[in-house]
Amino acid sequence: MVWELAATFAHSRLFPAASAVALTMIQEAVSGSLLSNLAITLARVAAAFTVAMVLGTALGFAMGIWRRVDLALDSWVTVLLNLPALVLIVLMYVWFGLNEWAAIAAVALNKLPSTAVMVREGTRALDRNLVEMAQSFRLGRVKTFRHVTLPQLAPYLFAAARSGLAIIWKIVLVVELLGRSNGVGFQIEAYFQLFDVTHILAYTLAFIFVVQAIEWVFLQPLERRVSRWRR
Amino acid sequence: MAPIILDVDVRRKVFRSRAGPEHVVLADMRFSLAEREIVALVGPSGCGKTTLLRLIGRLDHDFEGRITWHGQEAPRIGTVFQEPRLLPWRTVRENLLLVTPPDCVETVDELLRALGLWPHRDSYPTQISLGMARRASIARAFAIRPDIVLLDEPFVSLDPSMAERGRQVLLDAWQRRPTTGLLVTHDLLDAAALADRVLMLAGSPTRIVSEVVIPPANRRAGTEAAHAFAQELRLLRPVEPVLFPDVSAASSDRR
Repeated sequence: MVWELAATFAHSRLFPAASAVALTMIQEAVSGSLLSNLAITLARVAAAFTVAMVLGTALGFAMGIWRRVDLALDSWVTVLLNLPALVLIVLMYVWFGLNEWAAIAAVALNKLPSTAVMVREGTRALDRNLVEMAQSFRLGRVKTFRHVTLPQLAPYLFAAARSGLAIIWKIVLVVELLGRSNGVGFQIEAYFQLFDVTHILAYTLAFIFVVQAIEWVFLQPLERRVSRWRR
Repeated sequence: MAPIILDVDVRRKVFRSRAGPEHVVLADMRFSLAEREIVALVGPSGCGKTTLLRLIGRLDHDFEGRITWHGQEAPRIGTVFQEPRLLPWRTVRENLLLVTPPDCVETVDELLRALGLWPHRDSYPTQISLGMARRASIARAFAIRPDIVLLDEPFVSLDPSMAERGRQVLLDAWQRRPTTGLLVTHDLLDAAALADRVLMLAGSPTRIVSEVVIPPANRRAGTEAAHAFAQELRLLRPVEPVLFPDVSAASSDRR
């Protein structure tokens, strides 16, 4: 409402009304351009997210358990953590070419260290008493990991997933803008050339809806399920 | 006499702190357990009782000596830890089911009923009292149909009436699932109420200073008898330092 009123008064091509943006969104959706670009971007987000979460979790877990691994990799993680996203993207494109793998690797590498750091903290906070209990009842490695370790890491994994999703989709747009010829990032770049703020907002909002939907449909129910034992 | 199923011979157990000197916790700890015998190890807090249980429970392999099991290849060991150590994200029943083989579901339910946990079987450990959680941890140790149950101060930090109730629960479990038991405690009452035989620990490093076989008539003969026998054990204790001069300081500290 506020947006609509403000836009009416501003009456500028650079600040379109909410209704105009909504209309554009529908038009783009009907033409198929919005949906296909959204799907491409989403696929890249999913790929980078999976790689970053799986590798980051494994790395963080190893660092949390073995002091040697931690000592060997700690400074590398810090370097990676502080390397600007843009530098990583450019380096990946330069070294591996302007292809899909380089794009996904660049995004995943941006997220991986922070996942590793969070999971490392979670691993260090594991309750040794419970691990010992599992050992004394001979639960075995797989069952111990599944039922004793993983539930204790769950809050850390959720934190990593939440912040990960947010960071990854932002970086995916940059990657698309710099070196891909499709996806939401590419579209935004194209409309930026044309100073078409209506289209830029339409694409951005569409993606925000998607991310919000992931949160509601996937993350929140899952989190409720795994934390239902908490008082 | 039932056949011996466990020989414990711990010659030396040393704790090494990273910077400090070596500290010998246990020395010349030698005893045996007969099948279905319940033995109580009584000693002051911090004397290494938990350490000894960890050695027997195969959680710690770093010691000089031997612990020999005469039963089947790998004994099933049910441990009742000092704290209940239930998984907070599993209900009471799920906690028991996790550690038991699939063919033990009936045992689990039977124990839950016998130990008064049936109404709370679907509660999470955060929703029940400490006394109840301890009971669940006792049920868990018995649910795996163990060859031996190791109990580490199972009633510490419960008030006397709850501890009394806990002992009763333990006796019920034992009656249902007779098994060998090794109980570690600082409370003579626990020992008098539950055991067939009591080993007194003292000294530094900790050794066995005396052994009392509870007369069959006094074994698990109810609260009154337990209190009376605990009193006898108490009177018996100060005599020992005469036989073992090096422990006199330690045992007078305890009074």
